[in-house]
Amino acid sequence: MARPWESAPGVPFYRDPKYRGIALQIGVCAALAYLAYIAIQIAADNLARSHVASGFGFWNVTAGFDISQTLIDYSPQSSTYGRAFWVGLLNTLVVAAVGIVLATILGFAIGVARLSRNYLVERLATCYVESIRNVPLLLQLLFWYNAVLNALPGFAASFVLPGGVLLNNRGLFLPRPLFGDGAQIFAVLAGAVLLAVIFNRIMRRRKGFWGAIGIRAAFTLAIAVALPVIVLSVTGTRIAFDYPQVSRFNVRGGLEVLPEFVALLLGLVVYTAAFIAEVVRAGLMSVSRGQTEAALALGLTRLQTLRLIVIPQAMRVIIPPLTSQYLNLTKNSSLAVAIGYPDLVQVFAGTVANQTNQPVEVIVITMLVYLSFSLSTSLVMNIYNARYALVER
Amino acid sequence: MAGTSPAATKWDAKEFSPRYGQDFRAGANRVKIRRFKMRQIAQALCAAAVAFAAAGSVDAATLDTVKQRGVLNCGANGTLPGFGLPDSQGNWTGLDVDFCRAVAAAIFNDAAKVKFIPTTASNRFAALQTGDIDVLARNTTWTLSRDAQGLNATGVNYYDGQGFIVRKALKVNSALELNDAAICVQQGTTTELNLADYFRANRMRLKTVTFATLDEALKAYETNRCDAFTTDASGLYGSRLKLAKADDHVVLPEIISKEPLGPFVRQGDDQWFDIVKWVHFAMLNAEELNVNQKNVEEQMKSQNPEIKRLLGTEGNFGEQLGLTKDWVYRIVKLVGNYGEVFDRNVGQGSPLKIARGLNALWTKGGIQYAPPIR
Repeated sequence: MARPWESAPGVPFYRDPKYRGIALQIGVCAALAYLAYIAIQIAADNLARSHVASGFGFWNVTAGFDISQTLIDYSPQSSTYGRAFWVGLLNTLVVAAVGIVLATILGFAIGVARLSRNYLVERLATCYVESIRNVPLLLQLLFWYNAVLNALPGFAASFVLPGGVLLNNRGLFLPRPLFGDGAQIFAVLAGAVLLAVIFNRIMRRRKGFWGAIGIRAAFTLAIAVALPVIVLSVTGTRIAFDYPQVSRFNVRGGLEVLPEFVALLLGLVVYTAAFIAEVVRAGLMSVSRGQTEAALALGLTRLQTLRLIVIPQAMRVIIPPLTSQYLNLTKNSSLAVAIGYPDLVQVFAGTVANQTNQPVEVIVITMLVYLSFSLSTSLVMNIYNARYALVER
Repeated sequence: MAGTSPAATKWDAKEFSPRYGQDFRAGANRVKIRRFKMRQIAQALCAAAVAFAAAGSVDAATLDTVKQRGVLNCGANGTLPGFGLPDSQGNWTGLDVDFCRAVAAAIFNDAAKVKFIPTTASNRFAALQTGDIDVLARNTTWTLSRDAQGLNATGVNYYDGQGFIVRKALKVNSALELNDAAICVQQGTTTELNLADYFRANRMRLKTVTFATLDEALKAYETNRCDAFTTDASGLYGSRLKLAKADDHVVLPEIISKEPLGPFVRQGDDQWFDIVKWVHFAMLNAEELNVNQKNVEEQMKSQNPEIKRLLGTEGNFGEQLGLTKDWVYRIVKLVGNYGEVFDRNVGQGSPLKIARGLNALWTKGGIQYAPPIR
């Protein structure tokens, strides 16, 4: 019996396609590695010759420039370039994370609407997809930014919304809760949410009174909201608020949502949702009509058919392209630079690269960050996909 | 099946699959063709590797490269009135633009042999260091770190400082009243750093909104996103003209930084550094000696030894730089002296009407001062 690593009888190994294939692959890999080596050598050489500093020493040097949105402590006088990197990174992550959630919701809604039997709904959804998909994102971002800025009043004439919320062209200003003992309140909130989730899990299998989805949702919500309120009022913990106030320039205090953030988020969500809608439509259409008919024949309602029969099967088709839409959204967030939102590219690949004059290092780091964002998004989506995938026996 | 080798099964499958089910010799030909292609690819790869290596090792003198190319690659601004801006016909104008023309005039005796390459604040240094441009004349501030990091400032063709512009309606008279104000600024500039420094030094709170380009920052200021807009004072005058209602805006009196703007070259080519440096000095010396575009022919006959050395009727100073004897004659004839260039682009002969101020010659109360040609 021939072993797999042996060639067919009478064929010398160098004529065996299997060995030739391996040799070719090794050759190509070696050539690639050599090219990469040469490229790096030349780059290092040229950098040294033109006296460009190299290395990552700049990481701990004081940055000295201001950033408009910082989710972690940052000050121009004491924070380093490394800190600026983290600020930019978090700003990118927050817009990407919120964008992905909103784009998914909007995209699914539009995708389902495109298959609606209601003529008006279907036409509107089609118009949305066709017009949004075919206009470059950068233009849309500029449109949203100017729309946001021009539609809102100056800070002196702010819209005052209930609850001390101010809205003007400098942003949306919310009262910021000041916790006497922040950790305690967060613990109570987290505990309540956890309890609600567990409750929901247990009740899912019940029939009768608890089986009705409305009842279950109402109770779950009640646990998540009412419980902390009761606990906090019994223990007498008060939440004070730092209300935003109009000063001579601008608004002082409170929690600030930048117009740049809103414009970027709007642009990304509206744009990506159009693509997600098409992905969802394709997925739903991939489920054969017979499935729906069978489900309806069994007495399932339309909603149940969609939720229990069609969507689980459609997800297999939806998830891989959906993943690329998530990746696109994250990478597209780097267009923020055009509208002044301080994302990773704007802060790090822009200002830091220029102030340190070490673009090679900075751009390499930035590329690695986007690469790891993309790979980890893919990983999560692949795990999710594996759960939904058809199990073949 | 147990006795059949897997390899043999594979061969069988190929024999019967539609793709392989043709005349066997056709398959052999295909292998040959494929092998031939592989060889071509391998050759191409080798050629690419050699080219790469060669591109890396060539380190010709910039002057020779420029002469060979027949055109000077000049990194210019592209959006700043008075310094570097193409008009609707694509004709570039500006103080920095004319500086590049002067370099081209000295080398080629033709001020038009310049290719202007618009650069942004963020990509200008990379463009210079990678050799995309030969000289960077883009209102760039001379600082220690820029000199240390592979660049060489060749002089100061405009002494500037950073200022603010605000809406008149705000009734602000001084930058010190800008506590808490939102300020629009272009990223990747010394401006961004000075702004943070100034507010820190005066214990004021700052909200910066940063944009990639000056135009975007200005646009955001105009749509009332910011209370103030900051850049170098020279840029403020130019930017103010771009606003829809220029009269509604006022430039504040404070100048919060020193911004000596000048052309840059990359380190490692002293001859080229000297040429670019001395083109500026030549233009200053010409103004000081009253040699201008109109009288330069006459001045060629001058007996004044300083003018004779300047215009090359005596000595070989241009040749010492690797140029020709009449290099300054070419510059003045084709572009003009520093005063003429200043006046035409940013001074009284331009819409900006900026006073000479610090940029007047040292003999006239300014600080523009050139070493002698001798």
